[in-house]
Amino acid sequence: MNAAADDVAIRARGLTRCFGKLVAVDHVDLDVPAQRVYGFLGPNGSGKSTTIRMLCGLLTPSGGEIEVLGLKIPAQADELRTHIGYMTQKFSLFEDLGVRENLEFLAAIQGVPKAKTKRRVDELIEQYHFGDRQRQLAGTMSGGQKQRLALACAVLHEPQLLFLDEPTSAVDPESRRDFWEKLFELADAGTTLLVSTHLMDEAERCHRLAILDRGALVADGTPRELTAQLEGRTFTVETDDPRAAQRALASVAGVLGVAQVGNILRVLTGAEGVTPDMDRALATTGHKAALAAAPPNLEDVFVAATRRDAERAA
Amino acid sequence: MNVRRLWAIVVKELRQLRRDRITLAMVVGIPVIQLVLFGYAINTNLRGLDAGIVDQANSAGSRALVMDMLATGVVAPVARVNTPQELMAMIRRGQVGIGIVVPPDFERRRIDGRAVAQILVDGSDTAVQAAAAQLMQVPIDSAAPDTRAPATSTPVGGRISMVAFYNPQRRSAVNIVPGLIGVILTMTMVLFTAIAIVRERERGNMELLIATPLTSSELMIGKVLPYVAIGLVQTSVILALGTWLFAVPILGSVVDVYLASGLLILANLALGLLISTRAQSQFQAMQMTFFVFLPSILLSGFMFPFAGMPKLVQWLAEILPLTHFLRLIRGVMLRGAGLREMWLDVLALAVFTLAMMALAILRFRKRLD
Ligand SMILES: Nc1ncnc2c1ncn2[C@@H]1O[C@H](COP(=O)(O)OP(=O)(O)OP(=O)(O)O)[C@@H](O)[C@H]1O
Ligand SMILES: [Mg+2]
Repeated sequence: MNAAADDVAIRARGLTRCFGKLVAVDHVDLDVPAQRVYGFLGPNGSGKSTTIRMLCGLLTPSGGEIEVLGLKIPAQADELRTHIGYMTQKFSLFEDLGVRENLEFLAAIQGVPKAKTKRRVDELIEQYHFGDRQRQLAGTMSGGQKQRLALACAVLHEPQLLFLDEPTSAVDPESRRDFWEKLFELADAGTTLLVSTHLMDEAERCHRLAILDRGALVADGTPRELTAQLEGRTFTVETDDPRAAQRALASVAGVLGVAQVGNILRVLTGAEGVTPDMDRALATTGHKAALAAAPPNLEDVFVAATRRDAERAA
Repeated sequence: MNVRRLWAIVVKELRQLRRDRITLAMVVGIPVIQLVLFGYAINTNLRGLDAGIVDQANSAGSRALVMDMLATGVVAPVARVNTPQELMAMIRRGQVGIGIVVPPDFERRRIDGRAVAQILVDGSDTAVQAAAAQLMQVPIDSAAPDTRAPATSTPVGGRISMVAFYNPQRRSAVNIVPGLIGVILTMTMVLFTAIAIVRERERGNMELLIATPLTSSELMIGKVLPYVAIGLVQTSVILALGTWLFAVPILGSVVDVYLASGLLILANLALGLLISTRAQSQFQAMQMTFFVFLPSILLSGFMFPFAGMPKLVQWLAEILPLTHFLRLIRGVMLRGAGLREMWLDVLALAVFTLAMMALAILRFRKRLD
């Protein structure tokens, strides 16, 4: 590993992948810092899985360059495989093998030294709470348990770099906290993690994240950097008739998005200084409405990024 | 090639197989069922075919002829009618499979040396046709004790047409069982491996496997090895049943039988793997397997004699592993030959195996696209 690879684990330039006419990933530039949790945020079909597959050398890019841990991908993909762990979005362990059998199989395949295998497998069974179900067939486990096992298998050989594709989609909020705890432990121990998600609260936990929309990278940075860009552009509206207020606000030029959260409306504007216009629009509804500034969150970032993109396209 | 990874694949396959009750049942069930079905169905001599009889002469001689025919046991009389027309109608309706017609001028014909009787056969069933041939062997001289000469020259002398007839009764279980080893191994071995890789792709396991350091050859060979053992188990089941139920002899060495079977097993497993790298779904894999299986059964010489086939078809059949195996196994089991004497067929199987295996490994990409 050269010096550059020590601070940047993944570097991609102009990464593109087409499926026939569909451009699933469209000129994405990425710099993933080493030993951090890097988030991939995007809605369904935005190209998260496709990007991850190209980064671990499973899919050949239609265009662009990739360097992972200092290795050129896909040319040096074989060499890369010993250094990465990949947790697929769809459960990909053997459903007709037990928990321990799956771990033992992967230990052999990943080349964990024979002498260390038993200790390592025992350790993971303990850490990932499979002590009482070591012999249970993977296929009979619940969705969350399967994902826990998949993570255990992905980290089995202590890879330098972990790709986790929507690792918590079936995990309940309680266990999700547990799950993320583990991810940070891994990052502290020196592992680089790339985690895809479509959940804002998960994205918020990442050290850094990239937002994908329809194959394109629309924003990237730390969560704080990303939200800071929206300072002064997010508001809440409290009113008796949120539906009418929503309609009124949507027609105001400069309003990017209005979303109802319970009885409150969350408003995102394209720039500062739209407040008077919004007040006027709210007055037309005939109901009392209280407009107040609110701190921006990642959802706003997401809406802002995708809207800006749509406007540019129009 | 890393032995530990290879072994991990073998162990994994065996563990999965142990939990797959249906496949396990197939391993033993298919040989037993096929052997019993083929062995008995093809071996059974046709006896007691429903026959209709028209004896228009109704003389002592004609009655004696009919009695002789019935005495063969091939036919059993179910109806006696008055005219050949009625008999033909019965055959058309399927009430009888065979009709025996003795014309009114039976005695004159016997003296003239002309055909004395006619046998009407339901030609839609080749087995019945073959049975009719037996009836024609009934010697006319017994019906005409005073003249011995005409029997050989009359068309009634079934001996003449017998030669042209292809007689399935001659093919006893002794011929079928060795071939059946090949047919069963072809069917099960190709199918097992054809499904093996497609299944992992369908279940999503493949995306995990190709992201690991596992190599194509480790995966392919690891998948084949457990099934070699299974194939040899199947061979043993067929051999045991064959000798026990049908008293099939093994004139040559048992080691040679297993060596030949091992070669066929490897050839078929390699072919299955190649199919597996092509097929998109388990269903497609099965379709392709049958696409291979059918010509194997028809052209290899198992069903029809190899020598009787057109040159082009013979060339085609030479590609099929089963063709070579049949020569080997029949040679070893029935003629007591050694494999060394038939080295050309041994070589053919080995070359086929290596070619298929190489193609499968080359075709298998550690990529999703
Ligand atoms: N093998 C393929 N053939 C054709 N189209 C594909 C293929 N794989 C992905 N796509 C398309 O590429 C686009 C991006 O898919 P991808 O799986 O990367 O999305 P994603 O961001 O992972 O979505 P999700 O959150 O639903 O997992 C989708 O429109 C999808 O239909
Ligand atoms: Mg996905």
